[in-house]
Amino acid sequence: MTPLDRLRETWRRDQIFDFMLPKPEFGKAVDTSHGPILYVEDVSVSFDGFKALNNLNLYIDDGELRCIIGPNGAGKTTMMDVITGKTRPDTGSVYFGQRIDLLKLPEHEIARGGIGRKFQKPTIFEALSVFENLELATASDKHVWYTLNHDLSAEQRDRLDEVLTLIGLTPQAHQDAGALSHGQKQWLEIGMLLVQNPRVLLVDEPVAGMTGEEVEHTARLLTSLAGRHSVIVVEHDMAFVRSIARKVTVLHQGSVLAEGSMDQVQNDPRVIEVYLGE
Amino acid sequence: MLTQRLLLSDRGGMVVLGLVVLTAILVPILNLVVPTSSPFYVSNFTVALLGKFLCFALLALSVDLIWGYCGILSLGHGAFFSLGGYGMGMYLMRQIGDRGVYGHPELMDFMVVLNWESLPWYWQGFDMFWFSLLMILLVPGLLALVFGWLAFRSRVTGVYFAIITQALTYALMLAFFRNEMGFGGNNGLNDFKEILGFDLAAKTTRVGLFVASAIALVLGYLACRYIVTSRMGRVIVSIRDAESRTRFCGYQVESYKLWLFVFSSMLAAIAGALYVPQVGIINPGEFSPLNSIEMVVWVATGGRGTLFGAIVGAFSVNYAKTFFTTFSPETWLFILGALFVLVTLVLPKGIVGLLGHVRRKGDKS
Repeated sequence: MTPLDRLRETWRRDQIFDFMLPKPEFGKAVDTSHGPILYVEDVSVSFDGFKALNNLNLYIDDGELRCIIGPNGAGKTTMMDVITGKTRPDTGSVYFGQRIDLLKLPEHEIARGGIGRKFQKPTIFEALSVFENLELATASDKHVWYTLNHDLSAEQRDRLDEVLTLIGLTPQAHQDAGALSHGQKQWLEIGMLLVQNPRVLLVDEPVAGMTGEEVEHTARLLTSLAGRHSVIVVEHDMAFVRSIARKVTVLHQGSVLAEGSMDQVQNDPRVIEVYLGE
Repeated sequence: MLTQRLLLSDRGGMVVLGLVVLTAILVPILNLVVPTSSPFYVSNFTVALLGKFLCFALLALSVDLIWGYCGILSLGHGAFFSLGGYGMGMYLMRQIGDRGVYGHPELMDFMVVLNWESLPWYWQGFDMFWFSLLMILLVPGLLALVFGWLAFRSRVTGVYFAIITQALTYALMLAFFRNEMGFGGNNGLNDFKEILGFDLAAKTTRVGLFVASAIALVLGYLACRYIVTSRMGRVIVSIRDAESRTRFCGYQVESYKLWLFVFSSMLAAIAGALYVPQVGIINPGEFSPLNSIEMVVWVATGGRGTLFGAIVGAFSVNYAKTFFTTFSPETWLFILGALFVLVTLVLPKGIVGLLGHVRRKGDKS
């Protein structure tokens, strides 16, 4: 585009600049009347010529539990980065509900607005107690002055206690989070997502490094969350995916290769070729 | 409730604060009331020295608040300290009036030497104490705000941030060395006569400044405690430990860092403003990058992330400095360097950490 064209584009009579748009309103305003809560359309991301995502299209329904699988380098983590605002795509659009354009929002606003994310490596605040970890994550006013002068309200504390029971860490509430076992750290991080009252939970490899019993517990936890929240799980462990999945999306080289129930996906010849048949 | 939160839950802090308050009560009595011949007499020199240490302790607090709690290593806090000092120096200069060497009713001596006709615009208003106080807080605060905003917004962290803060204080040092800047160039501001009408050479004024420094230190400590024990304090610690996690919890990390950086710079400026009338001079050498590094050494030696550790560190390192610079001046820099290496390798939690370790061992046996 020549500079002249760009100038013409800028001065078009019906040009709408970003600052003129109404501020997106999160919370109850998320419009899911057509089903999906998350629309990822034609998203491409490239890093130094390598296409991490290539015209990715993905729709997540409200309250759905979706598993995303795919070989290494298929773009699973990049996809999460795009949704949470950490990476901006080259092309495409990402909408939360029908009206909120996530590509225009900074990370903390996306997080406040109801998209929670669990990292691959458990990242919790090790120097703080389990309770304080959850306290920090709890949905409330997160501006500097407010946090300087206010503690949590009674309702927020109730929600916190509820989540503490759900993740099974009530006895450890006042221990340092750094002293927890690996599995407990993973649950704590899931708990930190839950107290944010998110509409969508992005969970990256929740059972990596867990014992069999812990895996079972996590599976129960995640399936119990579906319905109240939309849950997107990225996982390598096929047995685990089979135990929780209703609908599975297979990513390959940055785009969707197959989508459907576990059985459908497993019998898809293309999927067998790139992933399952190894 | 608040006393519990600020004091009682923090044993080390109570001990250190208690000592500060005790000194603030005893030293004036021992200096003013006790006769010079008595063995308990505290000399004027010691009063001035301890007063200086109190200012350094406040400065160390400000460094500990952002480095120990938020993980932002600023190697340029000397800049805020010196700016606060210059603000106070300008007020003290204006108090000289026509008693300067050249007897000019309005201009400072160095301005007469430079053949300046009238007072520069930025010297206006500094004859009023309240205005000077306001500027002492606002100028460093504003600098920290602009500088921090630019740095944190671009997500400059860690060693890169440390380097640009060094550059900041170095640039300011070079600027203040210039005569055309109108801050006395090389010589800085000195030859002060009085503060708020009190003669600066008088014993009582010196003791008054000493007590004021102790009060500032106690209030500064309580303010820092209030911040680190609030929910905001926990957000700050979590930024230190896992910044992106904090961001995904919905916190705007940049504004927390910025707020804390500005607060810390103002604390440093207050320390500088109290320091200048007690030592009687402020010159561009205070901006020297080495000074800023020394501050970090105080905090590291005392124990970062404990607040009272910063006070302990400021006192002990500066006491050692006074001792060694009188005893054998050329070795001090080597000792300082060795101290930093030693603390980093052997005492990651500083003196405070060592004391805690010894106490726990004692409890066990």
